[in-house]
Amino acid sequence: MSVENFTMLGAADIASAVRAGDASPTEMVRASFNRARDIGAGHDELNIFLHSDQEASEHEAKSMQERLQSAADIGILAGVPVAVKDNIATLGLPTTCGSKILAGYVSPYEATAITRLRANGALVVAKTNMDEFAMGSSTENSAFGPTRNPHDVRCVPGGSSGGSAAAVAAGITPIALGSETGGSVRQPAAFCGVVGVKPTYGRVSRYGLVAFASSLDQIGVVGRTVDDAALGLESIAGFDKMDSTSSDAEVPVYRLSALGKPAPEVGAPDTEAMRIGRNPVALPPPPSAKTLEGIVIGKPREYFPDTLDTNIKDLCERALDRFRSMGATVRDISLPRSPLAIPVYYILAPAEASSNLARFDGVRYGLRVDSGKGLKAMYESTRSQGFGPEVTRRILLGTYVLSAGYYDAYYKKAQAVRTLIADDFRAVFTSGVNAIFTPTTPTPAFPVGAISDPYEMYLNDIFTVTANLAGVPAISVPIGRMRRLPVGGQVITAHFDEYTMFRVAYALEASLGQEAHQ
Amino acid sequence: MAVTREDVLHIADLARLGVDSARADELTRELSSILQHMEVLSQIDTAQVSLTAGVGAGGTPLRPDERVAPLMEGTLESFAPSMRDGFFIVPRLATHEDPTESSA
Repeated sequence: MSVENFTMLGAADIASAVRAGDASPTEMVRASFNRARDIGAGHDELNIFLHSDQEASEHEAKSMQERLQSAADIGILAGVPVAVKDNIATLGLPTTCGSKILAGYVSPYEATAITRLRANGALVVAKTNMDEFAMGSSTENSAFGPTRNPHDVRCVPGGSSGGSAAAVAAGITPIALGSETGGSVRQPAAFCGVVGVKPTYGRVSRYGLVAFASSLDQIGVVGRTVDDAALGLESIAGFDKMDSTSSDAEVPVYRLSALGKPAPEVGAPDTEAMRIGRNPVALPPPPSAKTLEGIVIGKPREYFPDTLDTNIKDLCERALDRFRSMGATVRDISLPRSPLAIPVYYILAPAEASSNLARFDGVRYGLRVDSGKGLKAMYESTRSQGFGPEVTRRILLGTYVLSAGYYDAYYKKAQAVRTLIADDFRAVFTSGVNAIFTPTTPTPAFPVGAISDPYEMYLNDIFTVTANLAGVPAISVPIGRMRRLPVGGQVITAHFDEYTMFRVAYALEASLGQEAHQ
Repeated sequence: MAVTREDVLHIADLARLGVDSARADELTRELSSILQHMEVLSQIDTAQVSLTAGVGAGGTPLRPDERVAPLMEGTLESFAPSMRDGFFIVPRLATHEDPTESSA
């Protein structure tokens, strides 16, 4: 295996080559950093990373090499470079959440998801840019400047996990971790033409994920392919005693091998179809086609409104036709309370954020702005100078809906409607539907600076936020392009049924092949 | 429900966020506009609906009631701004006394 092919290697390919001794972890780390340099991932270009340390990464890779030589079992991600969103605590690299208020903060402990990644042989090479405290849909809200979409540097990569999606799309790492509260992995994955997974609430430990809205937050995975995303999720999922909301439900094997087929061999890249920015990136070829006999796929009418862009609608219809051709039954369904999801989300999430972000007060973490005018003035100066405009807006919105006189009208009402939204999903899945298919986003990536109205930006989450409110798993996979920009389709399944979600996603990826990127 | 400038200043005070006059006017407009979109919820009958505060399935699993070592990496000194005799040294709160609060 040659490292020259690095950008077309899946995580499974890298891991098997490293375990077989055909490649070294150090070579993989160097290939990742070289790719980042070649494609211009730096601050003044794509601005994908907030922190990285090649020397430390190579040192870690060398230690892994020594363990390999002693015949130790390194794990399913042996030698795989992984990028991590900057709101997930890592030892050795800062964790700033894209905020000035945490500039320079280094966590004294590590997130469980990172510990598990490392235990499975992954090498954390960088922390990725993000909307401040994961509040945004474009990565423009980072205190350290916006990330650019590798497919078109004039456009945003989506958000809030925009840096993670861009890192994978640019061929720097095959896998990256992101986090979701309302679609922050799936939406940037769709914008960047890669795969994004939000697991069932409780499937992955939140220990070490800096809290935004605790009843919604989940760590998710961005992958170049469905198999990469499956490997990533499999390596971090499972009960964790450090997170009381993590589930002890058994974690199945999600990889292709569990579905009866081996992972694909690497084939010749279609560089024209995979051209990204100035550098061609080839993806691993899709897995063999799989039958979907017996699978019922729901098409919810609320996610295909008359106002939906016809290009996106046509790409979704093509995907639905592929499901039918593989033996699945497509059934029209309704999730009637879904149009209420954005108002519900933008009450509940800011309410929880106003509480969670109270800890950033200039005493316990990072920035302190002290004018010597008293403790309260120090709190106010620190927070007003440390938080950006969107975080300030959401803290105030959350404080308002929780305040006396408005709590029942907004917060309690939103909690009740959240129940109705979750009931809609339960009703569909108990009626014999195995998976739901929708567009991931109403538009492809938009230009940097194009959306200034906060509520218009919130509407980017319109097709993704319901899965967070209901707690069900969902995945975004590339289904084609419009105006040369990637478009994503979303597969949603019942609680803890990631297995069916991956099965349907694998089949779609296999059926579309290179058409998913054209 | 329109948010007033006084509302903004009140909640900013509750949230310990310093908001100057110009920003208060801007936030009043922004929050009013956002909350206008939330009004649709008031039309939904939820009298018989239970509230959802979280979506964890299967209850909360319990961990063994065993003492575990803190999961800190490195020594306290490695991430504390300064220490003496095993204690953190922090700015004296007395120097932060707010004269308006003391007299209230």
